[in-house]
Amino acid sequence: MTAYLIRRILQSLVVVWLVTVFTFILLKLLPGGPVRAILGTRAGNFALVKSLTHQLGFDKPFWYQYWHWLDQLLHGNFGFSYNLNQSVGSLLAAALPKTLLLLGVSTLIAVIIAIPIGVVQAVRRNKFADYAGTAFSFIFYAMPAYLLGIILINLFAEPPRAWFPSEAAQGSNVGSFFTQFNAMVLPLASLALITLAGFSRYMRSSTLDQITQDYVRTARAKGASERHILYRHVLRNALIPIVTLLGLNLPIIFSGALITENVFNYPGMGLLFVNSANTQDYPVLLGITVIVAVATVAGSLLADILYAVLDPRVRYVSA
Amino acid sequence: MSINVPPPLPQDPTKTLVTPPVDVLDSAGAPPVAPGMDAAVPTRSMFRRGLEVFAENRLALIGLGLLVLIFVFAFVGPLFYHTDQIHTDLLNNDLHPGSPGHPLGTDQSGYDELGRLMQGTQISLELGLASAVVATVIGTLWGAVAGYVGGWIDAVMMRIVDAALAVPLLFLLIVLATIIHPTKVTMILIISMASWLSISRLVRGEALSLRVREYVQAVRVMGGGGTRIVLRHIAPNAVGTIIVNATFQVADAILFIAAISFLGLGLTPPAIDLGGMLSSGVAYTNDGYWWLIYPAGAMIVLIVIAVNFVGDALRDAFEVRLQRR
Repeated sequence: MTAYLIRRILQSLVVVWLVTVFTFILLKLLPGGPVRAILGTRAGNFALVKSLTHQLGFDKPFWYQYWHWLDQLLHGNFGFSYNLNQSVGSLLAAALPKTLLLLGVSTLIAVIIAIPIGVVQAVRRNKFADYAGTAFSFIFYAMPAYLLGIILINLFAEPPRAWFPSEAAQGSNVGSFFTQFNAMVLPLASLALITLAGFSRYMRSSTLDQITQDYVRTARAKGASERHILYRHVLRNALIPIVTLLGLNLPIIFSGALITENVFNYPGMGLLFVNSANTQDYPVLLGITVIVAVATVAGSLLADILYAVLDPRVRYVSA
Repeated sequence: MSINVPPPLPQDPTKTLVTPPVDVLDSAGAPPVAPGMDAAVPTRSMFRRGLEVFAENRLALIGLGLLVLIFVFAFVGPLFYHTDQIHTDLLNNDLHPGSPGHPLGTDQSGYDELGRLMQGTQISLELGLASAVVATVIGTLWGAVAGYVGGWIDAVMMRIVDAALAVPLLFLLIVLATIIHPTKVTMILIISMASWLSISRLVRGEALSLRVREYVQAVRVMGGGGTRIVLRHIAPNAVGTIIVNATFQVADAILFIAAISFLGLGLTPPAIDLGGMLSSGVAYTNDGYWWLIYPAGAMIVLIVIAVNFVGDALRDAFEVRLQRR
């Protein structure tokens, strides 16, 4: 297990390093280049372009620029957004907690609702409740996040039923999530519904897998009540795959958050990312990509480890 | 990777169905009726059996029917329902559905909404199909080569895939869309550059298990080279996995294109896809112009559901591992 862990962590580090190389190369291909973007209308002044290029180190060889950037990154310096005239670090410090809060709370809601739905579906398999649940999760599974956001706004933020604002909390500090919680209901609901759909489908099949196991038959033979079997035996085992699903689903949840933040204009990382893409603000794009990649890799690593911890039958061998 | 490798799969059941020698049947008194023309042609019987399983699945037929209707609507519809989707008509903008000559109304630039729905669906389907095909071809080749060659080449190729998959696809797509100006062709490239990754992983897994099979060894003994083995033997035998995933890929691609367009990084007007229609309609939700949003939104959901029905059924039908009979 230890050997496997070390191997797996080294692999993850290599992957993260490759991500930084790829993103750096990709963003170097941006047309125009940052110097002209910074100078704007003064970009016609050739001497100015040349001196700023030199000053910012863009005339150095590619590998040197990459090395410099990586060195700074490892020291916690994400670079500087010329477009917003702020360090990328401070932009991220403002946006990241907001996104994490949105992600955390909505995922929590989704899991709490998805588990009972999936279990009920599995227990009442091929009955009305099962079909209703499947139809429900399928519709939200097929529905793009932006469409769901618009529908929610149409339903609950417009005159006949204007219960919630159509724009998410705008305050600059994280606390606005709670002080303006009314404004966060629709974004949370939209993100939770999207996540919920996948989770309940997964929970259903996970429970079905367990219900057919031998130990369930044994428990029945012992005379255990159905309720006891469900809560003490089936549910505990059926929850194990959900733990891994949480780790592996991070990319999907991140993408959902990006869309949701854009629909509701929530000043988190997703909105920052899309705005930076539209203004070709590449230090910001680079910084967010690296952070999201690290989170994704860490998520799948954690999922693997947790799975082995929770299910002692799983033993990893270093191949 | 390094999770305990499951025991090798039992051989494809259809291939072990060897017709017993005729004299054995005769001595047993059984009529020498060919017990299986099918058994003699294993691939065909597998295909036919797959089709039967598929046809029994009611959801699959509904999905297929829906897809046919949507294709007819998008590609045949414009032949009978002529609209101008290039020149704006600002005198007739934002007409309500049911207005004379505009059954679904018009949008903010005066484009006929029904005709626009046809065009948007058409472009979404075209881009979705094309990028699924390109992604599948790249992913299949990459995965088959990595799985077949093995060793450090496999390790390098797969770490590249891991690295690219570490960035959520939507983020990758947005970065690509900022670098490459999206036209129809570059859009296909952008989507397929981001979505061949998961296919390559699956095909590599298949290749790993296929490369040790006897028939691959037989090809090698007969002097068949690596290229031949990958292209003629490994890729065709992984075809079930590949087709099933290509199907889901179409739905994913359509969703991704729509997402990019929705974020304002998509095709430039007058070209439009379903996501672009949503994106331009959103600004008018407060005015209650529902026809600018819901037809396009419903079309996306319908396509995705139909493709998923068909994909699920294909998986039941053609992935030998899951075959229950």
